[in-house]
Amino acid sequence: MDSQCVAELSGVSKRFGKIVALDELSLAVRNGELFALLGPNGAGKTTAISLFLGLYQPDGGSATLFGCSPQSIDVRRRIGVMMQEAALAPELRVREQIDLVASYYPDPLSPEAAMELTGIAELGRRPYAKLSGGQKRQTQFAMALVGRPSLLFLDEPTAGLDVQAREIVWTTIRRLVADGCSVVLTTHYLEEAEALADRVAVIARGRLIASGTVDDMRALVVRKRIACRTSLTPEQVRCWPDVQTATTDGQSLRITTTNAENVVRRLLAADDDLQDLEIERARLAEAFTELTQEVTQ
Amino acid sequence: MSPTAVSMTQRRVLGAYATETKYESLRMLRTPAFACPFLLLPAGLYLLFGALLFGDAVAKDPNMPLFMFMGFAVFGVMGPGMFGFGVSLAMEREQGLLRLKRALPMPPAAPLVAKLLMSALFVLLVMATMVAAAPFGHLKMSPAQMLLVSLVNIAGSLPFCALGLFIGTLASAKSAPAFVNLLYLPMIYLSGILIPMPASVKWIALGSPAYHLEQLALASIWAPHEGVPALHAAFLAAVTLVFSVWAVRRLKRPV
Repeated sequence: MDSQCVAELSGVSKRFGKIVALDELSLAVRNGELFALLGPNGAGKTTAISLFLGLYQPDGGSATLFGCSPQSIDVRRRIGVMMQEAALAPELRVREQIDLVASYYPDPLSPEAAMELTGIAELGRRPYAKLSGGQKRQTQFAMALVGRPSLLFLDEPTAGLDVQAREIVWTTIRRLVADGCSVVLTTHYLEEAEALADRVAVIARGRLIASGTVDDMRALVVRKRIACRTSLTPEQVRCWPDVQTATTDGQSLRITTTNAENVVRRLLAADDDLQDLEIERARLAEAFTELTQEVTQ
Repeated sequence: MSPTAVSMTQRRVLGAYATETKYESLRMLRTPAFACPFLLLPAGLYLLFGALLFGDAVAKDPNMPLFMFMGFAVFGVMGPGMFGFGVSLAMEREQGLLRLKRALPMPPAAPLVAKLLMSALFVLLVMATMVAAAPFGHLKMSPAQMLLVSLVNIAGSLPFCALGLFIGTLASAKSAPAFVNLLYLPMIYLSGILIPMPASVKWIALGSPAYHLEQLALASIWAPHEGVPALHAAFLAAVTLVFSVWAVRRLKRPV
């Protein structure tokens, strides 16, 4: 194992009956990085995370945390976990939920410090059942980090959060990573991975499709976007070579193309009054769609 | 990188068990639908039948006060374990809480130990209410005998916890109350603890832990009882062992 690797799936396969959930998948999370695991529904993200956490045993290959089996409770004392689907005891108050999880760790934060860190200090005495969906996610986030983990697993941490709460979660995650904590993030919000991740892995049908930095992923997609104010109509532009789509929002013409330079040259030649020209590389979302489309079709 | 694995002092591990037990008990005490029936019903029904409705008849029959007390005490012992384990474990399994706790460094036995101690606490409270109600049911028992019966009943809640645990690993959250009742209600009526059974069908009671617990409690204070105390204890121990081992094996499967 790489000495800088904190969690690793090495050629793991997992089947559920006839369904192959993971097919010789290898992933490595490095020390101090934020690693985003992306994939369409049913890609095998949850199975991969479950193997990292020792909830399943792989049928083939191996899963390790800090070089040890995830089944070891001593090694799990170094991780924090936030799961998407866990329903906590509705009868307990927020502080009590965090206090319970803190008791599993050798040197945890106080529940108050964890609540302060995650922006829910005023919710401590509130029964969990009376929280909004977003407040429940914030409570679960506080539970994930109360044990001062070296490695944090976050499954859809900002689902259902308002903009302000999401900003607190993002800021806290960035602070944890800056302090040396490694984070494994699964999310449906690709802008979240784009904003936070050092490295991204895209999986589909249980196999690794691509991995690298966000920029590496974006570079895999040759398509670029052009926007401009012009008298040209989408119908005129759509038949040009290299143009994939052309639409208008009433003010700007928007084009996606595989050869931005050629299209821009032709746009400028066709309209002397063209204004507000912008060219943008593909976003992670487009890279994701393109990468997974072929595999899932 | 910091050390690979982190151990915890024995004191903190015990602290984790204590915290789990504290919050498990708080959860149940804060659930009136659970706490009220199990804490108040046994002594309440005992007072209703043993004092209010049939008080005179009970007073005249020398065996009746003890029969009524023992019957309602065993009835009170059965509920917390069967429902506390069965229904709440089924819910925790289905709603992902058990899965989250397994992923976290929770001591593996903590939820079961916490539920067991919660159940023991409830049984202790049930026995306290029964002991307080006993004088109204014309029962004459020494404090030492009361203590002995209470201890036997607290220990005797184990097989009911094991049965509840087994149902909790088997049933969904919605079906668990039905499954528990399917076992709980016939066990009350077919064990002869509340209503004496005709001699022709008394053999049915031999299959019920409630019957064996009542006979063991009677034997513990040298009151007239049926069968051999050691065999009653062995039956209760066997039920506890078989169903808890079976349940723990089921719990080890992925959730």
